[in-house]
Amino acid sequence: MSSNAGTAARPSRSMVRSLRRWESALVLILIAVIAFATIESPDFLTTTTIFFGGLDIGQIAIMALPLTLIVITGEIDLSVAAMLGLSACVFGYAFEHGTGAALAIVIALLVGALGGSLNGFLIARLGLPSIAVTIGTLTMFRGIAEVVLGNSEVTNYPTGLTVIGSKPIFAHLAYPFLFFLILAAIYAVVLHKTPVGRSLYAIGLNKEAAFFSGIRVNRTKFILYLLSGVVCAFAGIVYALQNDSSIYTAGQGLELNVVAVVLFGGVSIFGGRGSVLGVVLSVLIVAASQVAFTLINISSEEQQIIFGVLLLFSVLVPNSAAGYRRLQAWINQVRRSAPAAGAGPSG
Amino acid sequence: MSVTKAPQVVAHPAPAARQHRVAETVSRFRPAVIALLILVIFGGTTIKNSSFDGLSNIQAMLSISAIYLLLSVGETMVIVTRNVDLSVGSTLGISAFAVGEIYNHDPHMTMVVIFLAGIGIGAVCGAIIGLITTVARVPSLVVTLAALYIIRGLDNIVGSGVQIEPSVIPHTLVSLGYSTVVGIPWLFVLVVVVALAAAFWMRSFPAGRELYAIGSDPEAAVLAGIPVARRVFTVFVISGALAGLGGVLFLAQQATVDSTAGTGYELVIVTAVVVGGVAIFGGSGSVIGAVLGALLLQVINQALVAAQISAFWDSAIAGAMLLAAISFDRLISFRASRALVATEGVSYVE
Amino acid sequence: MQPDRFETPILADDGAPDASGYLFAVEHVGKSFGAVKAVIDASLRLKAGEAHALVGENGAGKSTLVKMLAGVHEPDTGQLYMEGEAVQLSSPAIARDAGIAVIYQEPTLFPDLDVTENVFMGRMPKRSGGRVDRPLMLDQVNAVMGRLGVRLDPNRLTRGLSIADQQIIEIAKALTLDAKVIVMDEPTAALSSAEVARLFTVIETLRAEGAAVVFISHRLDEVFATCQQVTVMRDGRSVLSSPANELTSDQLVRTMVGRDIEKRQGAHGAGSGDVVLKVDRLTREGKFVDISFEVRAGEIVGLAGLVGAGRTEIAQAIFGIDRYDAGSVSMSAAPLKKGSPTAAMAAGIGLVPEDRRQHGLVMDESIERNIVLASLKRVRRRGLIANALSRDFATRWSQRLQIKFNRLSDPVSTLSGGNQQKVVLAKWLSRQPALLIVDEPTRGIDVGTKSEVHGLIQKLAEDGVAVLVISSELPEVLLLADRILVIREGRFVHEFANAEATEEAVIAAAAGVIAEVAI
Repeated sequence: MSSNAGTAARPSRSMVRSLRRWESALVLILIAVIAFATIESPDFLTTTTIFFGGLDIGQIAIMALPLTLIVITGEIDLSVAAMLGLSACVFGYAFEHGTGAALAIVIALLVGALGGSLNGFLIARLGLPSIAVTIGTLTMFRGIAEVVLGNSEVTNYPTGLTVIGSKPIFAHLAYPFLFFLILAAIYAVVLHKTPVGRSLYAIGLNKEAAFFSGIRVNRTKFILYLLSGVVCAFAGIVYALQNDSSIYTAGQGLELNVVAVVLFGGVSIFGGRGSVLGVVLSVLIVAASQVAFTLINISSEEQQIIFGVLLLFSVLVPNSAAGYRRLQAWINQVRRSAPAAGAGPSG
Repeated sequence: MSVTKAPQVVAHPAPAARQHRVAETVSRFRPAVIALLILVIFGGTTIKNSSFDGLSNIQAMLSISAIYLLLSVGETMVIVTRNVDLSVGSTLGISAFAVGEIYNHDPHMTMVVIFLAGIGIGAVCGAIIGLITTVARVPSLVVTLAALYIIRGLDNIVGSGVQIEPSVIPHTLVSLGYSTVVGIPWLFVLVVVVALAAAFWMRSFPAGRELYAIGSDPEAAVLAGIPVARRVFTVFVISGALAGLGGVLFLAQQATVDSTAGTGYELVIVTAVVVGGVAIFGGSGSVIGAVLGALLLQVINQALVAAQISAFWDSAIAGAMLLAAISFDRLISFRASRALVATEGVSYVE
Repeated sequence: MQPDRFETPILADDGAPDASGYLFAVEHVGKSFGAVKAVIDASLRLKAGEAHALVGENGAGKSTLVKMLAGVHEPDTGQLYMEGEAVQLSSPAIARDAGIAVIYQEPTLFPDLDVTENVFMGRMPKRSGGRVDRPLMLDQVNAVMGRLGVRLDPNRLTRGLSIADQQIIEIAKALTLDAKVIVMDEPTAALSSAEVARLFTVIETLRAEGAAVVFISHRLDEVFATCQQVTVMRDGRSVLSSPANELTSDQLVRTMVGRDIEKRQGAHGAGSGDVVLKVDRLTREGKFVDISFEVRAGEIVGLAGLVGAGRTEIAQAIFGIDRYDAGSVSMSAAPLKKGSPTAAMAAGIGLVPEDRRQHGLVMDESIERNIVLASLKRVRRRGLIANALSRDFATRWSQRLQIKFNRLSDPVSTLSGGNQQKVVLAKWLSRQPALLIVDEPTRGIDVGTKSEVHGLIQKLAEDGVAVLVISSELPEVLLLADRILVIREGRFVHEFANAEATEEAVIAAAAGVIAEVAI
């Protein structure tokens, strides 16, 4: 977020270099995780585990992409998983009432666009703080999902579509993960190689200067939120089909995982820094870890703790160099202001 | 070199100044407006469902709201310093669970120890969060998000398979959950006392005023010599301690607890606090307003049930209210930039 | 009295350092940050009751010296003396207790708190039970405001106050701290002339009460108007201290720069090109009314006026940053859409904004990315940005403007003010605009680079670009502009051709009064 909370500090200087370092570290971590897991359990690198790993991480991965761009501009979107849930419910509701799968998909995506536009309007047009707005829309989307489906569950989606949850493509790639990879490629090109993508970094670092340079800050942010709504709605449809179930609790609590994945990928919470590659690596690490943990019988509750530690770690490390210096300065200050001869002003 | 001497200075009070007065006035009257809204909703629902204003119903409402009000107090302090605490629900849960566990092992444990234990656990959680936020300078959004995970995970692991039976909770504690003082539930009274104490502290004590300064301009606060790290650390400890206390009260109220206790509270609390007039970027707002905001949300919750509107609408309405509250704040704020506005006008002659 | 070149330290008869003749003395201090020697050998000797100017180009070490006074840094070498006693100012709190107050260019107040709490924040007086003693605070604030001759409502939130009023609050803060040394860093940069006059009166009051005021400014005319003593810093050293009335401004500039600045001559008389910009009855409520003018290709038009007259608002309205309520703007006879910087840029307008750090540059981004920021579409190959193209682009333009940097990938915040301004210029010049609007082209820039920037602007005009220059520095306007338009309180007042313009005439038009000339 572009506001500095009382006491938080933005690490700066030579950002490109530090990002490269972060990504290299991620590669090493990924290799380490895979190595460790393969040693611990020879089942690890089989096609089945790769398939299920990709399946599990699919939605979080998909939602992480639009969130990456939003965080780079210095904003946040906590409503991502709630939109997933809402879209899954709307999709289910429409399908249940006989609209047919194709139309239901369109309706769900439209709902995503609407929800994203609401976020975009309040944040980009009215200039409201994104954390507060997306907490509001998060609550609201969940509430509407609850109203739409109530306590009931929609199942029995056409098997031609639910196959994405049961059959791999290319031998071991899960469909949701494939969607993620395709989207990641598109996002990578847009972020790193287009003027619009480059402008996101400027917006995150200094949105006034960006505006004075002719960048349409508000319009860009609006589009990012709109896109986030649509992509998360897509993730919701994938979720519903993959699990052959739509229920109002879909995606509950996932937003934190998505934020964790994005931050762990090297995207700075303050904005202005990050890459799609980093987020992809982060997704891979988390996917591999989740599979590995399940194989060695670490429960999902324990995995939650690991997620939390991951999140902390991803923000602590960039700050640690600065923090260490500050610790030293503090120690020096304490030493200096200790009662010693000659210290202190006179008069 | 030439020098101009302008003879008389004409003052032109800037239009922006007037707008700022409007915003100031609105924020001063906000708690009153919310109180009014509560009464209106209350009255409206009673018309639809005449049993709504029955004494026992009101008592139940106040009792249920108490814990949310309590957590709002701590959250207000945190948000005023331009931070946020998303871990309160998890802290409440683990405190409730730990206290229940104590009873499991020793059903005759004294109340004092129980309360101290609950508050203590919460304070420890808050202290760890406070340390990471201030020393490691990690944004509180991230720290408390991570804490939410970690504490909840710990709670799940420790609590998996363990049930706290109502039978082990001593009557002394449970009776707190429903006993009243001059007709008002004891829980509610306790919470109101805490809220008033907090409000008094934030209004009239230097350390309390410094919280507002920190949220208003963190860098200026450092320059002014305010011990920012110490203050921020303290508010997180308080927030955690109150959440821990909330855990004890939760046990008193529900007489049972599982590992999902407190899930989702943080979003409700943050919504309540912002609706109650605390700016999300800190620097302004009051405990009284926040507490009223929490009460408002709870009243709406109860009203929906009583008026036989599906309770499913509750979240949707809460979310919409938060959006409405911050939109309204922005609209009356004219130039809502955080920095001071440089405008024309010399205050020689007012 | 002879000007002091600080060659001898102040000594008493027995050879020990004796600073008792001065209220506050900085003796031969030095401060380095790693390999960077910010201050090498600086001295400053303040007498009670004097206004003392500290002048020097950017990079001379003034701000580091001020930070040492403020207790933010401690000197590596040398010593500070308060009323004859050696002092160690190891923290801002200690400096405050010692009686030193620093008022920065950007006042740091708390917008959500009222005036009274702002004055006392961090050291609030307490009454019984540890509560804040509000009645006492109110009394003191009112008393101080009375001394300063200013009326501000002590219960009013500081959000929305003018910069001038914010400064007064900072000064009030200093007075309630019984400050004996008050340092003002570029205090007049954002003030209107009425507010400057008020500030000078306040300085007189402070002097009369026995305080020493350190006045740091690039506005040499104000230095001579207000200060009794001038100390010059150059390249980290104090090179001269002299009573103000024994110094001419030429001597002062020469001492600051260490060389003679050639006075640039303008080649005036341009104005035969086509009309590029036409502004017709432009109006924005509360900011400016009925502004009409034209700028031709190859011509430099200057907008002169006091700070706050509305010139920046006019420029920003033309460029589309702000909207306007009535009137029109057209570029090369084609109407220009309002409120859209994109449209303005497409029509060939560039704006070098007044606030370099907030609006002109993305400080944390590299020099390269800042230069390329407005030309991203031009460094593409087959639709995608190509790093090699971007680097070439930035290299070419930084060379053309002679920007001094280490690496293109360094953050632009590592550059000096003058070089930063050149980066902003590079960003816009690389778009080859038909019209360049430059707002305060040399604010906060050292004299040497100033001259380079002036040369760049003149060359632009020679090459046929239409240029609109906004400046509060009269010599600059008179130097550059072919025609000078004076704006006062949002209205157009008078147009001068360069040949007939004099400083006095322009000031008279800008301030609406007859100027008194003092030497």
